[in-house]
Amino acid sequence: MDEIVLLGINHKTAPIELRECLAFSNEETLAALETFKASPAISEVMVISTCNRVEILVATGNKTKAEETAKTYLSASKKLPVAKFEQALYAHCGDEAVRHIFMVASSLDSMMVGEPQILGQIKEAYNIAGSKKTSGVLLNRLLHRAFFVAKRVRSETGIGDHAVSISYAAIELGKKIFGSLEGKKALLIGAGEMAELAVEHLLRNKSGDILVANRTFESGVQLAQKFNGQAVRFEEIIDCLQNVDIIISSTGSPDFILTRDQVKGVMRIRRNRPLFFIDIAVPRDIDPAINRLTNSYVYDIDDLQGVIAENIEERNREAIKGARIVDESVIHFRQWYKSLGAVPTIVALREKMDSIAKTEIKKTMQSLSHLSDQDHQAITRMANAMINKILHDPTRLLKSNEAQGEKFDHLDITRKLFGLDE
Amino acid sequence: MVSSVELIILITIIFYLLSTVGYFAYLFWQKNYLQQTGYYLLAAGFLLHTMAIAYGFIQSGQIPVKNLFETLSMACWAIAGVFLILQYKFKLKILGIYAAPLLTIVMALASRLPKEPVQVENIYKSLWFIVHIIAVFIGEASFALACGVGFLYLVQEHAIKTKHHGFFFRRLPSLELLDSTGYGCIIVGFTMLSLGLVTGFVYAKSVWGKFWSWDPKEVWAGITWLLYAALLHQRLIAGWRGRRAAVMAIIGFAAVLFTFFGVNFLLKGHHGEFTRW
Repeated sequence: MDEIVLLGINHKTAPIELRECLAFSNEETLAALETFKASPAISEVMVISTCNRVEILVATGNKTKAEETAKTYLSASKKLPVAKFEQALYAHCGDEAVRHIFMVASSLDSMMVGEPQILGQIKEAYNIAGSKKTSGVLLNRLLHRAFFVAKRVRSETGIGDHAVSISYAAIELGKKIFGSLEGKKALLIGAGEMAELAVEHLLRNKSGDILVANRTFESGVQLAQKFNGQAVRFEEIIDCLQNVDIIISSTGSPDFILTRDQVKGVMRIRRNRPLFFIDIAVPRDIDPAINRLTNSYVYDIDDLQGVIAENIEERNREAIKGARIVDESVIHFRQWYKSLGAVPTIVALREKMDSIAKTEIKKTMQSLSHLSDQDHQAITRMANAMINKILHDPTRLLKSNEAQGEKFDHLDITRKLFGLDE
Repeated sequence: MVSSVELIILITIIFYLLSTVGYFAYLFWQKNYLQQTGYYLLAAGFLLHTMAIAYGFIQSGQIPVKNLFETLSMACWAIAGVFLILQYKFKLKILGIYAAPLLTIVMALASRLPKEPVQVENIYKSLWFIVHIIAVFIGEASFALACGVGFLYLVQEHAIKTKHHGFFFRRLPSLELLDSTGYGCIIVGFTMLSLGLVTGFVYAKSVWGKFWSWDPKEVWAGITWLLYAALLHQRLIAGWRGRRAAVMAIIGFAAVLFTFFGVNFLLKGHHGEFTRW
């Protein structure tokens, strides 16, 4: 009977240089699937390739042969001697392979636990295998279970709950201060990738006007256009503080751009409405003493890093719960896999028929009380004979030595047709 | 022999206790059904509590505030009622970890007190008096909750300011929600306290012939009223919000507590009967 085998490298076993070498583009994946499909040892196959991992997932009747084939192909297509990557390569089979793919799909094996992209990448890989018809009963079932497990892990644990990027962590903090960010005005001082990302997050949260202040007014105007905002002159920053709620600062200035006394004066005019300063600049733009003023909050890049570190810890704690869900699902999958043998299927089919016959005979006999015991036995015999006749051909087919893939198809169809898994 | 009222009070306390358990379970596990259970348990306790108080009302024909037990019971009833409305309106679920144990503990202590009513001249049968009592209790209940919200605000603000986001940071709502809820509580409390004081004056006039008699209770109630009036004034004029408002809500409630207990125990006056035991 075919078993599931997984061969791969990931960020834990291989450095980026090696992962780059072994990564598959879409075209390369298609070519690889063609080649693997032609191999007699491999009955089903799919290839997952992301920036952090390359995994080849196969269903095979001959584990050693299949592994050999995969390694040789990797070596040949990537023009890399096997010895170069063999150290980094891991091979799982059976339950271990199932667990691994469940962990990967649930983003529990990711570099950043809980990152949401991996599930989409696996779906994509599965679709490619589907389009080449290289996935069969085993991989179909495995992947559908994997998607289901991933969804469950995400909804039942908090692995995706807490921000793990600087800009997103800042936005989450904003929500803890302002409740909703809807209509909150923001002032962007300077420019920079992280700062702009934070502004984009803000806009996605339906924030209000965006003001942009830059040393050179022209760059400010250009940036403001990008966010549908308004450019202001650098000298106007203090006046702007009266109306904005969130200040994102990221300039190259060696000194503080805003000092405690400036903000203190503004606070009075603002009637103490809260101000949230996000200081992404190094050296810092915002005087940290501002954090001590009531209703103003300053987070610099280190503070945000600290928040992220805490969040990652939290995610790792949640990942333990996720692993428990995965373990549970591996057991379910094993049960299904075991039932896929010819003998258990035939037994289950016969049991189902017998139980139907028994119930129906009993029902009929209740209204035929005038029949003798002999008649009763004759009817039972007839029913059993019918069952034997009906099951004869299916049993023969399921027991025959047909090709693995076809056999799984037949077993799977039988189980579905007769509802044996219900 | 346990009377039926005592039995109802006992079951009420059990409901409050279960509600406390529900809210604390929610605090730890953050499952929504836990706080919902806590809310419904508290509502059930409130209904029973209402029955107990209604029973006392019908039996004596007077609003039951004739000893310390009854007064505390009335205060808890008001807190439970105001809390139920507050959570319904502001969805400040986590406040249950303050309100539910507060109710449980005060009710459990109160139920240990003697239950014989204190004999006072028959002065209760006035509509002014009933309104006075109910308004004052609802006002004080609102202040009690404002104080709780104030505590939560300080905890959350501390987490954000010090940048150590621990256990409570994730579990407490935004500063904005805490601030506006506290403000809402104080507006309601202040309105009810004002109403309670005015009806009290009118009632005093009808009984003692004068509006104000420099009774310690009156004086302290006046001080409490002024404190909250100052808080609201500063908020409207100078934008006192956030931390300062939270601290003031806590100080204000301390004044309420002193007016409620301190005056009766330490200073004498014509409210003494209500908290005698």
